[in-house]
Order: sequence, then C-alpha cells, then structure tokens
Amino acid sequence: MPSIVKPVATHPSFQRNQLGLTIRDYEGTMSTLCAGCGHDSITAAITRAFWEVATPPHMIAKLSGIGCSSKTPAYFVNGAHGLNSAHGRMPPIATGANAANREIVYIGISGDGDSLSIGLGHLCHAIRRNVRMVYVIENNGVYGLTKGQFSASADVGSKSKRGDPNRMAPIDSVMLGLSIGATFIARSFSGDKEQLVPILKAAISHRGFALVDVISPCVTFNDHEGSTKSYLYTRQHELKATETDFVPPASEILAQIGQNGAVNVTMHDGSMVRFKGVPPNYDPTDRGKVMEYLEEHQGKGEVVTGLLYLDESFPDLHEMNKTTEIALTKVPYRKLCPGAAALDRLQEDFR
Amino acid sequence: MRNRVNDFALKLANVNGTGSASANGLLMQAIFRMGIPVSGKNLFPSNIQGLPTWYEIRVNKLGYTARSLDYDLMVAMNSQTYARDIQEVREGGYLLYDSSWPLDPALLRDGVHFLGVPFAQLCNDNFRDPRERILMKNIAYAGTLVAALQVDMEIVAALLEEKYAGKKKLSESNTRALRLGYDYARDHFDCPLPFHLEKMNANSDKILIDGNTAIALGCVYAGATVAAWYPITPSTSAMDAFKVFCEKYRKDPETGRNNYIIIQAEDELAAIGMVIGAAWNGARAFTSTAGPGISLMNELLGLAYYAEIPAVIIDVERVGPSTGMPTRTQQGDLLECAYASHGDTKHILLFPSNPAECFDFAPVAFDLAERFQTPVFLMSDLDIGMNDWVVPRLRWNDGYQPDRGRVLSLEDIENLPKFQRYTGEDENQVAPRTLPGVHPKGSFFTRGSGHNKFGGYTEIPDEYREVMDRLLKKHKAAAKFVPAPIIQHRPDATFGVVTLGGCDPAVREALDVLAERGAVGDFMRVRGFPFDDAVEAFLAEHEICFVIEQNRDAQLRSLLTLETDVPKDKLRSILVYGGFPLSARHVVDGVMEEFGLQHKPEFAAAGRPAGEVPMEE
Repeated sequence: MPSIVKPVATHPSFQRNQLGLTIRDYEGTMSTLCAGCGHDSITAAITRAFWEVATPPHMIAKLSGIGCSSKTPAYFVNGAHGLNSAHGRMPPIATGANAANREIVYIGISGDGDSLSIGLGHLCHAIRRNVRMVYVIENNGVYGLTKGQFSASADVGSKSKRGDPNRMAPIDSVMLGLSIGATFIARSFSGDKEQLVPILKAAISHRGFALVDVISPCVTFNDHEGSTKSYLYTRQHELKATETDFVPPASEILAQIGQNGAVNVTMHDGSMVRFKGVPPNYDPTDRGKVMEYLEEHQGKGEVVTGLLYLDESFPDLHEMNKTTEIALTKVPYRKLCPGAAALDRLQEDFR
Repeated sequence: MRNRVNDFALKLANVNGTGSASANGLLMQAIFRMGIPVSGKNLFPSNIQGLPTWYEIRVNKLGYTARSLDYDLMVAMNSQTYARDIQEVREGGYLLYDSSWPLDPALLRDGVHFLGVPFAQLCNDNFRDPRERILMKNIAYAGTLVAALQVDMEIVAALLEEKYAGKKKLSESNTRALRLGYDYARDHFDCPLPFHLEKMNANSDKILIDGNTAIALGCVYAGATVAAWYPITPSTSAMDAFKVFCEKYRKDPETGRNNYIIIQAEDELAAIGMVIGAAWNGARAFTSTAGPGISLMNELLGLAYYAEIPAVIIDVERVGPSTGMPTRTQQGDLLECAYASHGDTKHILLFPSNPAECFDFAPVAFDLAERFQTPVFLMSDLDIGMNDWVVPRLRWNDGYQPDRGRVLSLEDIENLPKFQRYTGEDENQVAPRTLPGVHPKGSFFTRGSGHNKFGGYTEIPDEYREVMDRLLKKHKAAAKFVPAPIIQHRPDATFGVVTLGGCDPAVREALDVLAERGAVGDFMRVRGFPFDDAVEAFLAEHEICFVIEQNRDAQLRSLLTLETDVPKDKLRSILVYGGFPLSARHVVDGVMEEFGLQHKPEFAAAGRPAGEVPMEE
C-alpha cells in the first residue's frame, strides 16, 4: 500500500457539505489496485456516502483485514484513522474498538476470502453482537492477491480463469446474515453507484451491524466468460429487489414519504430509509419473506440487489451490555478506581 | 510422646463433585483465622464429577507454607485412590477413613495409625435426603478434624454462620454434621492428636485470597474498561471475579450504566483482537487466558508488537503441550510468551509469585503496555491463580495515576506541523501515538505490513530495518521498568539460586534447609523480562546458579542464556513439571544431588532438625 499522495487541488465550484467540506476532504491516497477493479468504484461510493452524510473525517475509523479489499481503506477519508490488521481478524478488532469508543463511526472493509473463509467465525459473531459498524464485503469470488484461487463465495459451476469449475456450494453472506440475526443486510454491485451510495448512507445511520455485500468483479482473475462474478454476468442477472432512498433526519422530504406503497423504516437517529419499487411479495422488515424471495430468485441464477433486510429494533453491543452512553475512553479514572478505603473494606471478605 | 504444635501437613483425598471443596476450604479458613500460617493446595481433575481430587493443608508456625510432601494425616475418603493414599502417609502418621465398611486388610500398613469413623453410617442415620447424605459426610469429617487437630470450634461455627446466613436449614444441617464427626472423634480417639493447632497471631495483617481474584481486582484498580476473553481453565475465575468487582464498583452512580464492558469472544484469536482494537482506541484493555489461548493469540500479538499497540495478557499457566493437563500447574509458557508470534518479536513479561503480587503487578502491566505501546504478559499459573494463599493485606496508593504513555492531545496535534507515527521517539525509543476521534491531522494508517518510520508502507530494506532496530532497543529499555528481582544474599554463600513466580516459598524454605546442612546459597527471584542489570550481576557473581522452575525444558534457563551474558554451563536446572506445586524437598534434593553431598534419608522441613522422627509414642 504505497501512500501515493494525490495533488491538492480544490476547485472553488466544488460543492460543500454541512461541515463545509468538499468531496476531496473525504478522499484517500491513490489506489494501487488493477485498473478497472470493482473495489475502486466501491471506494468512490464510500467517499461519496461519508461526504453526503457529512461525518467529520476524524470521527470515522476504517478497519480491514488482508487482501485486495483490505487495502482500500487507505484510498478514502485521509482524515480518519485506519487499521489494516490481520487476515480475517478485522471483526474482533472493530468490536474492541467500538467497545472502547462508541462515538466513532466504524467502517470495516473486507473481502470474500477475509470474511467467508479465514474470518468467517469472527464475522458471524460480530453480527450476533450487533456491533454498530458498516461492514462491506467486496465480493469477487476469488483470491486476487494470491492470484486467482476460488473463494468460498464462488458459485457452483463458476469457472476459474484456467477453466476449472468450482464444485463446492458457496457461502452466501446475505443468507448467512439472515440466519444469524443480522439487522441490516444489503447486496449491491460495484458498477451501480446510484444504488450503493444510499445503501451506504443508511448503513452509516443503522444502529447496529450493517452488512453490505457488494459484487465487485476482479478484472484480472474473475472477469472472464464462465465466471458468475464478472461485470457481464452481474449486469445480465441483476435483479433489483428494492430501491433505497436515504432520508436524513429532519429533512424536507420527510413529509412526502409513505406514499405509493413504499416501505419506510425510521432509523434510530431519526433518519429514514425509504424502500421504493418493492415487489408485492417482498417486505424488507420480514425475515421470512426476504428469505423466501431470495431462495426463489437466487435459485434462478439471479443476483438480487438492494437493501434487502432491515431491523432497527434490535439492541447493539452497548445496549446489550448497558454500557455508559459516552465512550468508555472518556470516563475519568477517578470513576474507574474504587480507591484505598474501598479496598480496605473489601478485604474484610478475605479474612 | 512429643507434641508438635502448628507444624504438620494433611492431605484430603476426595471424589470430585461431592462437595468436599467447601469442607476443605472451611478448615483452611478456620486455621487462617486462628492466626496460624497455613496454605491450601487443591489438586483437582479436569472433570465435573467422579474423579479423584485432593486437597493439601500445611500449617507451619515459622511461615513455611510451600507444598509439603510429608503427610502427617491422610483423610482417605476416596476408595479409588485408597491404596496410593495410604502409601503417602509418613512413617508414624495417621489415616482417617470411613469405617462404615470394613477396610480391606491388604491396604493396612504398619507404622500408620488408622482412625475409622463411620461417616456414611452417621450421615445415613441423621439425614434423609440422598444428596444431603453425601454432602454432609464432608462436613462430618471436617468435624472429626476439628476435634483431632484442635481447630477452634467457635471459629468454625462462626464461619458456618457467615456462609449460610439466611439459609436456616442448610446452616442447621451443617452444624449437625459437624457435631456428628466431632463427637465421634472425642468419644473414640485421644483428642487432640500429637500434632495439632494452637492459636497464634501471625495473620492479623494478612488476607486469604487466590491469584485470579487478586489479578481481577488489580485490573479494576488499574482502570481497565474493556475485557475480552474466551473461557479456559485455569483463568476463567479471573474474568468471573472481574465481572463481580465491576458490578460492585463500576456501575456509574449518576447514570446507573456500566463503566466497563466484558465480551466473551468466539475464540482467543478474537479475544486478543478485541483487546488490540480497544487499546488502539485508547482504552485500558486486557484478556485472561492460558497456554492454549496464547497459542491462538500468536498471530495478533505480532500485530500489536509491530504496529505498537498496547495490550495486557493475563496468562494463568497450566500443563502443556496441547490440551495437556488443564487443572494442573506449570510454568511452561515462558518462551512462548517471550517470543510470541512469527518473525522477530520480543515481549515484556511480569512474574508475580503470589496473589498479592498479582494485584500489585496488574497496574504495572497496564502502565508498561501503554508506556511502551506493546503487549505485556502477566504470567500467573494455576497454583497461584486458583489456590487460596495467605498474603499481606493489599495496599492501594490513592495517589496513583495511570501512565498512559505518549499520547498526543488535541492541542499537541494542532501544534504539530505534521504527524508521523513512528518518529520523535524518546529515550526509551517510544514514539508518540494519536487516538482516533481526536483530530484529522492526527490520523494515520496502522498496519501490520512492512512500514517505515513515518507509518507508510515499505518494502525497502533500510526503512524496514530502521523500525525493527528501534523496536529491539525499545524492548531493552523496558528492562529498567519491570519490577526488579528480589535478591537475598547470605554470608559465605557458595552458589546462587534463580527462580520465578510461585516457586518462591518452596525455594526460600529449601535454602534455609540447605543452609542448616552447610550448603549456603543466595536467592534471586526474577520478576520481569527483559532482565535488568541486577539479574546480570547476580549471575555474574556466582560460579554456579541453580535455576529452579516448573517445566521440562528449562525455559527460564534458556531465556537467561539467550538474553544475558551468562555462560550456559554455569546454570544448573532443577525442574519439577509433573503438574503439582513445587515442594522444598524437590529443591533440596536437587541441590544435594548436584553437589554430591550425603543424601539424608529423611527430609526435614525447615525449622525442624533433619532426621527427626515426628511421631514418637
């Protein structure tokens, strides 16, 4: 991850967000991924989403494991701390970080190898704990950095670059998330920024673990004919189950939603997610219905995208643990140490 | 017949899961309250119900309370281990057994006094509930021991009252059972036995506490707010205790919410990951584990070392390798922890010797972890962690302020032209760090991949080496900050003894015994790694040093050989690694053998002339 610094040039016509920052303030160093990599499009969408939500850059923490995807936190929001950890171990590190300071917005960037093989257990348990964070899986069905081995998300029959078919069943993060209580599940496509940006904005506002699986074709090792994670295949088979509008708190649009059969979900922070174009047999707040829909359409080889499931009622890690509402790191030491007198009293029990 | 007051050992052989632990603990606590130096060692199986378990109590008016191997009295309540238990009684000693059934004559042994009490019969006659009949047998034998050893009955009654306060029925049952065993002994035996107890005043400023409780309390006092762990013997009770103390002391009086969080992780890989994430964010965070957990944590310990993130790891050592013997004690993780993770890594280790030091060293561990921005291991073991020890009352200095190390404040960052993570190191080679959420100018990319001193990715040899060389110097600098070794010189000493951790009482006792026999040695107990100059000097000033530790491979000796200038052949190992705590006899025998001194047939505990036959009737 060389830190190639981008030239500092801010055009006066650049739009500014609520904090007066331009999108350049949310960019990172230059990407070193292959030209055309889906991950770079996701990076652009993340940059956009944070700028639009206007999160102060230093209040963002970017965490990742190892792999092509895990390099990308260097490529957005330079003003945020980043932690590029070890392969598959980002979820526990993010959990600990969140435990210590709940005031920061956490975004974890992972890949299908990182999340669905070596770190699968950690992902599952971070979901179960409902750690408040945006968790992006940049899913390309292949190990890029080690040059083209199948990952656990490769579909049965999908062919490797050398022509070998994958014979093992894939682990689908969306179905997995549904089965273990994920409270926010989305699937998108790196080539569809219009869909991805509002999903990411909603994920940032979500009060728990927001799983965002993004099909992100690997142009070098998995974009050939016979691959089910290529640009062509995804474009031909994508089925948008929902269209999402993210409505920030106290916005003017608030009065207009709720019409035309749309599904609205109020987020914990007062913002709202508005699902448009939802098929009649689909309810993004009904886990059973979502599963049924996905089973039906994924069975036909379709890639179902959109914000697929949302539950804003489930408590997050801190609510479950009744942790103090400020960051634990802000609790002064005098409140943490019971002191000498208490120790003397306590020791009467040890006699 | 010569009476021996406050100087004997007894061993209680039980079946685990039958409730013997509370009876044994009751006796130990009663003796403690009588003001007599005492130790209790629980030698238990990795099992919930049905396997053999033993409890050893040693009382010694001079304060020698390391594990004894000479049992004056065996309480043989487990028929599975009868044959072996009988063999362990010293010549002239006593054996107490349940005479509800006849004893197999083949098990009788000359030179041992057999005391039979029909415990099962007594309990069957007096209690109706089947479970109660089993449980009360334990309190009944405790009653017999109260009579036989002259335990203060008032103290025992008070303990039962405290324990069963508000549980009237239980209190009555226990009192009745105690009385059954007590009266039977008074009616049938010559009480007290020739070795017995008399009140002293040695414990007025002492407490009875296990190391896991003490270490947890130390973490509370140190200001730890994030704890992550995976259940593992023998460290589980440390986190249990931390939870109890946090519930007591860490509920915010204003908001009623918790000023702590404890996360039970999915495995130890995750537990250390959570600690690293929390510490990266500026919290005092720790995990408690045992050897198998450290094995799993190796990967991320390398990240914490290389990326310079604090972490405190409590390792309550047990017998390895692999699953090993989870409920038995060892000091087998020294090398694993000193060099945990792949590549060149070195860590800071602290070696408490008893629960009081566990408490004292906990804040030291956090201070060092933050001062040096690196993992610090607090190396306890099962013997220290799970047995009750009599130690001086814990002290706390209200003037203590946590050493948070070099962390830049908002103002510091604003005044910097540019923040570069691994530059600006102090005399200890520590560069200031920034925390997330403070200032965008303080942001940087923490990475476990190759990096230069600016924190940027690198694959350039010189840049990589520059950082690695500083890390080595930083580790060396920590030697001045770890607790100094405890050294005791004796006039005319001809050799040195080096040890660590829970070996302390046995080694000190052994040195007293050896001195009485003319083999005079100096004592050093190392308390931290990296080793400071005092360790080096002690090794240099002795021609021969015995290194006494509880593992097969002489890991402390290896560490001394690798990390000091001591010639390897100067260090002689005495190794005890079967899983039970060290006894002075192991040490005395080892030293005598090495010196080729005449080996006396009868080991005598310190303060008692060698060769004394304890039971003369």
